[in-house]
Amino acid sequence: MTSVLRIDDLHARITGREILRGISLEVRSGEVHAVMGPNGSGKSTLSHVLMGHPEYEVTSGSVTIDGTELLGLPTWQRAQAGLFLAMQYPIEVPGVSLEDALEESFAAAGKSRAEVRERLLVEAGRIGFDERFLRRAMNVDLSGGEKKRNETLQLGVLRPRFAVLDEIDSGLDVDALRMVSRRIEAETSENALGVLAITHYNRLLHELKPDVVHVLSGGRIVATGGPELALELERTGYAGYGEAEQQNESRPLVQDPFADPLA
Amino acid sequence: MWRYSRINDLDLEEFTPVADAPSTTTVPPAVQGLLEAVGERAGLVLCMNGRIAAVEAVGRGVELGSACEAADGEELLGRADAPSDAFGHLNAAFLTDAVLVRVPAGVAVERPVVVVHWVDADGGAVFPHTVVQAGEASEVTVVDVMASADVRALVAPVVALDAHPAANLRYLNVQELGTRVWQLAYQGSRVDRDATLHSSMVALGGEYARVRADSRLVGQGGTSNLLAVYFGDAHQMHDFRTMQDHDAPKTTSDLLFKGAVEDTAESVYTGLIRVKKGAAGTRAFQTNRNLVLSDGAAANSVPNLEIEENDVSCSHASAVGPIDEEQRYYLEARGIPTEAAERLITLGFFDDVLERVPVPGLRAPLRDAVAAKLDRRQS
Repeated sequence: MTSVLRIDDLHARITGREILRGISLEVRSGEVHAVMGPNGSGKSTLSHVLMGHPEYEVTSGSVTIDGTELLGLPTWQRAQAGLFLAMQYPIEVPGVSLEDALEESFAAAGKSRAEVRERLLVEAGRIGFDERFLRRAMNVDLSGGEKKRNETLQLGVLRPRFAVLDEIDSGLDVDALRMVSRRIEAETSENALGVLAITHYNRLLHELKPDVVHVLSGGRIVATGGPELALELERTGYAGYGEAEQQNESRPLVQDPFADPLA
Repeated sequence: MWRYSRINDLDLEEFTPVADAPSTTTVPPAVQGLLEAVGERAGLVLCMNGRIAAVEAVGRGVELGSACEAADGEELLGRADAPSDAFGHLNAAFLTDAVLVRVPAGVAVERPVVVVHWVDADGGAVFPHTVVQAGEASEVTVVDVMASADVRALVAPVVALDAHPAANLRYLNVQELGTRVWQLAYQGSRVDRDATLHSSMVALGGEYARVRADSRLVGQGGTSNLLAVYFGDAHQMHDFRTMQDHDAPKTTSDLLFKGAVEDTAESVYTGLIRVKKGAAGTRAFQTNRNLVLSDGAAANSVPNLEIEENDVSCSHASAVGPIDEEQRYYLEARGIPTEAAERLITLGFFDDVLERVPVPGLRAPLRDAVAAKLDRRQS
């Protein structure tokens, strides 16, 4: 069965400032879409608005999975409707184990709590996530890379229909990035997961091949194309995409500190 | 000392000291579950309305019974450094019986000793007194259960914990009094040279339940670890006044009190670290964190330091707030319903204290008791 995640003319703001200014796109089961853009273009806002973060206010538009409107639903019901968000900065929840948490999710879905442990062990093996982390409190004392593996692990256990990956590549070394990407790619082919991968850099897209690439700038999608668009961005940067450069002040281009000053 | 408390609501005329002899010598069913969770024990003293009703023998020379009947009874009853406030005097004046747990020097008691204080006298004023003496280089764990039937009563317990040099004394107080009972408790501990005290309190019951806990570090190298979990619902109030009193060099105290309030419950924590002149090399830490789970509930937290010595390492931290919005969002994003997410976060909040309860078998039932309160929340 093919499902569709449909975002239609989505506008949203935070503390009165409009960040998303009319986003429309459609992801189908099994597809990988990349959303690329400079810092400040609204990438992380998009991921949190889709999941229903309480700080963001949607002013208009619609987000549906197979026709079911998500925007009026609390976050947990969006997740139960099949949406997953792998967060850029996973939150530490002291004293709450991964297993206890996922059991609650399974129970709410009417699935057996007893399934969780076995699924966790299988998934931990698939992405090389040390089993001793499974008993630890959620994200507590995990490194940045381990947190991203933990997000991927939960994706594997929960088997959503659509996953938004918010900068899942940040904090991962090359080997971990490859393992995480393979796991997600397998999910797209085995279980027809649809993916919306939000990323600043191209690194992820060398591992997780996108079918469609969108460029987000100033809260709008300013270009959509095939994988070749990501390659073009790699060569030219975001310079060609309007006002984005001005919003990029917070992270200046890194210059080679060892460059020959006389060259 | 009584700021934020409900002491003005107390009418002493309502209560009469209980004079009756215990009517039974068996442990009340309400406490049976906890006893079973403790598992095998080294001994048991049952007190009914402040009087010793039964003593279960222990081996290896451990003395268990009445402090009043001990040869050095009078000295033992003075060990608490009982407070000079009205309730300390009341306890001394109306004292009917006192439990003694004494471990001789060099003896390690592997299994826990259990003391059960049960109150079922409606309109009664009860003055339990417990003395724990851990002899030099001895080791013991004492579980002290303070519980009641659903009666209107006043309970003013005194607990004296004495860790002699190099002793290792672990004490757990489980307070599950009925919701119409007032408790005004005093817990005094003395920690001598190179001794370690580990004191945990789990306070779930009472209408107004106050504990003043003073830990005095009187010998070089002594350590006092003070932990508490408290959780009030409906109209309960929990009130803690702690003192970490460093009166010897190279002493350490580490306090972690965690509380939650829901419905219209209130809580108070005030604590003082006092480092006396000469207590060089002291390390003293005090942390109090509170979760406020309902709009109508309130928690007060007032930490204090009083330091007369330069060569010390001290810190205090205090926090009062609702459930963290980001934590709830994260769990909800995994498909966990809001209420279940809040339940997980609250239980998780208490986890680091409950994990350190000295009797492993009690961790699960105490966790369940906390969960039961959450499930009763009137949102």
